[in-house]
Amino acid sequence: MTQVTVKRLWKEFGAQVVLENINLHIGDHEFVTIVGASGCGKTTFLRMLLGVETPSRGEFLIDGSPLPSEPGPDRGIVFQRYSLFPHLTVIDNLLLGLELRGSPMLGRLFGRRRRRAMDRADQLLDAVGLQGAADKYPKALSGGMQQRLSIAQSVICEPKILLLDEPFGALDPGITSDMHTLILKLWNMNKMTVFMVTHDLQESFALGTRLVVFDKVRVDPQAPDAFGATITFNIPLKGRRTQNN
Amino acid sequence: MRRLINQQPGRAGALMLSALPFILVVAAYLYYSNARLAENPGDKLLPAPATIAATIHRFALEEDERSGEYLLWNDTRASLERLLTALAISALIGVTLGVAIGVLPYLRHALGPFVAAVSLIPPLAVLPILFIVVGLGEGAKITLIIIGVAPVIVRDLAMRTGELPGEQMIKAQTLGASTWHLVLRVVLPQMWPRLIDALRLTLGSAWLFLIAAEAIASTEGLGYRIFLVRRYLAMDVILPYVAWITVLAFSTDWLLRLLRAKAFAWAKAST
Repeated sequence: MTQVTVKRLWKEFGAQVVLENINLHIGDHEFVTIVGASGCGKTTFLRMLLGVETPSRGEFLIDGSPLPSEPGPDRGIVFQRYSLFPHLTVIDNLLLGLELRGSPMLGRLFGRRRRRAMDRADQLLDAVGLQGAADKYPKALSGGMQQRLSIAQSVICEPKILLLDEPFGALDPGITSDMHTLILKLWNMNKMTVFMVTHDLQESFALGTRLVVFDKVRVDPQAPDAFGATITFNIPLKGRRTQNN
Repeated sequence: MRRLINQQPGRAGALMLSALPFILVVAAYLYYSNARLAENPGDKLLPAPATIAATIHRFALEEDERSGEYLLWNDTRASLERLLTALAISALIGVTLGVAIGVLPYLRHALGPFVAAVSLIPPLAVLPILFIVVGLGEGAKITLIIIGVAPVIVRDLAMRTGELPGEQMIKAQTLGASTWHLVLRVVLPQMWPRLIDALRLTLGSAWLFLIAAEAIASTEGLGYRIFLVRRYLAMDVILPYVAWITVLAFSTDWLLRLLRAKAFAWAKAST
């Protein structure tokens, strides 16, 4: 069970107000899609959930306790780019999470434990359709394959929350529907809560169980930074979960 | 007629073009050497190829009358020992400090400006201090090279570490990485090829400091030999020695490049 609660959250950079008075409650195993104009603080919101930005006021609660102020294994992330490790092969990229958590000193697994981790990595590799590419380096993969690997890399750690920052924004339109099927499959397999920032409204309706729209309600033409964005729509979308189970 | 920037030589043409400057220099040397020797057979400035060959034979293949050593090999061993020791220590300092400064904000603030300042001290200006403090032995020469090379590597690696995408660092943390894990599994493996690049770039100055140190206080070594025979205008020794040093420097560079290409296939070479 994972409950995410946001209470009266503000984020300011100096005099610039980015987000104001955000209130949100997200239940277990939801797929939250976040849309809004560019520069309205969607990514800032995600980065606060991730723990790399701190709220100016208000609080983030996960299951009632405050969010840690640094990234951790309970919250996975997939960025639009650069989240793979270029010096590791596909299978090593996938194994990394298991190896780090299984070995505090060396960050590597050996023998029987490595073989067990390898079995899981192989399974997941099959699930994301990368079985043939296990020994390639990320730079030899297409953009879509890289994102599938990046998602698998996070999912293998079984995070309670998976954060997606425009993960399919840089991909060809033809690939995105495959990616949607994949992400819904993994979301159902792992029972995690997903927050996904996107600029594609159609995508947000197609994937989400809840659509959250960020927008500025007050605008002062003399001082464009004086007011921040807040949640203008919080729409439960019915049916997706049953449809995909 | 295509533009000049679009005209490419063929395979044979490219090879010939590469060889051309070398051939020209050798030809010019032979011409002037011949001309000077025709005028004055005792001329020492541009010795004839035969003289140079005889000298090389004497230095490389015959024992020295006084010391009973093969001078060229002895000098080479002495110089390479100093150079490689200094480079190894510099690499060690460079990786440890560079990565630490690049990864840890506290250390970056504590040491960043200090290393930047130290790297601007002209190493040769410190040489007298080294001779006074460390003495005239091997220590001073090796330390000189380290002072010249290590800060550059430290700064370079600190910068390269800082250039790693923030996304990677965050991702690793969400996979459960500790600071130590980050260094061990994410940063260091990506810094090895960078270290080789940094070593290749500092190789030239390392040789410079080595020869400077050997010229001033030494009893063996390639730099020592050239400066020793300078008194006798022995160009027949100096020229082959300079060529030999160039060959050594070039092969070191080539070996490092080869190592980078073989060992770090994931990292495309930049040069």
